Amino acid sequence: MSKIPAAVVGIGQTHHRAKREDVSMAGLCREAMDRALEDAGLTLDEVDAIVIGKAPDLFEGVMMPELYLAEALGAAGKPLLRVHTAGSVGGSTAIVASSLVQAGVHKKVLTVAFEKQSESNAMWALSVPIPFVMPVHAGAGGYFAPHVRSYIRRANAPSHIGAIVAAKDRNNALKNPYAHLHNEGTTVESVLASQMLWDPIHYDETCPSSDGACAMVIAAEDVARTYEAPAWIHGTVMRSEPTSAAERDQVNPQAGREAAAALWRATGITDPAREIDCAEIYVPFAWFEPMWLENLGFAAEGTGWKLTEAGETALDGSLPVNMSGGVLSSNPIGASGMLRFAEAALQVRGRAGEHQVDGARRALGHAYGGGSQFFAMWVVGSEPPSN
Amino acid sequence: MTVAFDYTRSTGPVLGRFFTGLRDATVVGGRLSDGRVAVPPPEYDPISHQAVTEFVELPDTGTVTSWTWVSEPVAGQPFDRPFAYALITIDGADVPWLHAVDVASPDEIETGMKVRARWAEERTGSVTDLVFEGDSVGLDTPSPSGSGGSTSAETLVETNTVEDVTRIVTPVSLDYHYAASPEESSFFRGLAEGRILGQRCPKCQKVYVPPRGACPTDGVPTAEEIELSHVGTVTTFCVVNVPFLGQKIKPPYVSAYVLLDGADIALQHLILDIPADEVRMGMRVKAVWRPRDEWVTSIENISHFAPTDEPDADFDSYKHHL
Repeated sequence: MSKIPAAVVGIGQTHHRAKREDVSMAGLCREAMDRALEDAGLTLDEVDAIVIGKAPDLFEGVMMPELYLAEALGAAGKPLLRVHTAGSVGGSTAIVASSLVQAGVHKKVLTVAFEKQSESNAMWALSVPIPFVMPVHAGAGGYFAPHVRSYIRRANAPSHIGAIVAAKDRNNALKNPYAHLHNEGTTVESVLASQMLWDPIHYDETCPSSDGACAMVIAAEDVARTYEAPAWIHGTVMRSEPTSAAERDQVNPQAGREAAAALWRATGITDPAREIDCAEIYVPFAWFEPMWLENLGFAAEGTGWKLTEAGETALDGSLPVNMSGGVLSSNPIGASGMLRFAEAALQVRGRAGEHQVDGARRALGHAYGGGSQFFAMWVVGSEPPSN
Repeated sequence: MTVAFDYTRSTGPVLGRFFTGLRDATVVGGRLSDGRVAVPPPEYDPISHQAVTEFVELPDTGTVTSWTWVSEPVAGQPFDRPFAYALITIDGADVPWLHAVDVASPDEIETGMKVRARWAEERTGSVTDLVFEGDSVGLDTPSPSGSGGSTSAETLVETNTVEDVTRIVTPVSLDYHYAASPEESSFFRGLAEGRILGQRCPKCQKVYVPPRGACPTDGVPTAEEIELSHVGTVTTFCVVNVPFLGQKIKPPYVSAYVLLDGADIALQHLILDIPADEVRMGMRVKAVWRPRDEWVTSIENISHFAPTDEPDADFDSYKHHL
């Protein structure tokens, strides 16, 4: 039995900020949900199920927040499902929601993901002592910085590539009213002049800590056809791998490579760099743009940085990447993956505002999480899937 | 080990109104779309799904709807002596509220019993600003402590000059007792004897340190114990310049992956005895142990790794460990 085609028919997000002290966690979720429902022209009563995602519970110190949020999410009398795959959760939550529609279980599913980082300290939460590990770890930056160093060495990349990515994404964010950071005048030079936090990663090459949420309404084909500009889901994929294994490739992880290959196969894409019009890729540290360009098959191993350096990933390049400003400009962790998926959908709907890529017809949304061990991706298009 | 943090909650307008009420010794309920009044007010109406915007100031008296006896209180509960948790329907409300009742024995509480709030002298805008007690003494008797509710206009005028509660702090503390697996026990005992022990996978022959008990690639148990060299190669590293809450080592410091000779996976450890900007990928390093009389069952028996006099390892010799 083949899948029922499904599409995104409503998208909403919060204004992401360092501290959204004006709203509770419920209020944050509802701000995004209400915008997605308004976009879809639906009420909560018309939705069949709610699928929620957020990153580790230690970030807010509320174990299983979906229990107390159920009422505020409008889930009373409906299935409520929580997805949890670390930083990739926003992506995998959207995929679980779309699977419920594609499988014919539900017609209209509302999916929401959030993080309220101001309620705690993610750096602390990601660095709690582990008995058999020397306490040298220092948050996500401390985890990923050695692997960035490995990439630079393996690819013989010039040392300013990360700064090119950071300057590009921060300038893209100026066009996105929802983005957390609106840092005018960010240049390669200003990024390189910023403090070295986790050598080789500069301050301006890192993501901020944000409060925010993102929501989407995903509908089955017959419902979606009543909408003017649905974003059709052409393919979804998730893959996982162990955090640590002997000779595990931390620069170009196997799970990411295999996920991308499966996604291109499923969507009939043979040359992703040509056939994908734009991509929102989970880049919390600037160097991950060239790393993931290679992992996703947009560039051969060791050459991703050349696309970045040549300006191909800029808004007016051949493969615009992180048009919204990306994770580097807004990082409500649990929602960050869904924001990537939602931006891809906005682009193919032609509704990305000032950061719209002209004529975008097929876009990639990508998320990863944990120690580069969970991967979630989708391809959305302006036309219904042909396969 | 203990994992603790003081979380800072943004209350939002609805819970903020409720907590502000508690600080001012007033019970605030929310009116729902079907006319019922709920304490605490839900942020969103369960029927209309709209934000709750109509608030009702209620008396601080109510009726026990149901209850349970807490014979052995634990840390963090409202009392250090036995007490009751009860579902209390506040007079004028339609939905019960879970709270604590100060009674000496289960014989002194029953469903249908009238209770009244006993407010704390100093209130912060928290659900712990009050407890309940039996109201059998009648309304004429002043409550033993606190303002006795919102009846005093003077109190209201006074408290209205204070800002509303928009944020509450909720400390969380989790105490863990870590149970080491047999493989980890062997690893830790080895460290207490100045040895670094790993295990070999019988299938892929890879040597894991610390030992995992099962190979993550093949999923088979690992049994063969391997004693590893105290010398190895820095595969990759970063220099941590950023200070943060809970940090154990003062920055800047070098956090490195050290591939011990004979191992197939790198250990994360600290590099010292060399300026941070001179640390290199491929640098050969040796374990520097703390004085023997300080050894315990911990990876921290190895104080750090320090450079050896050997030339750097070829990139090709460790590039598959990146």
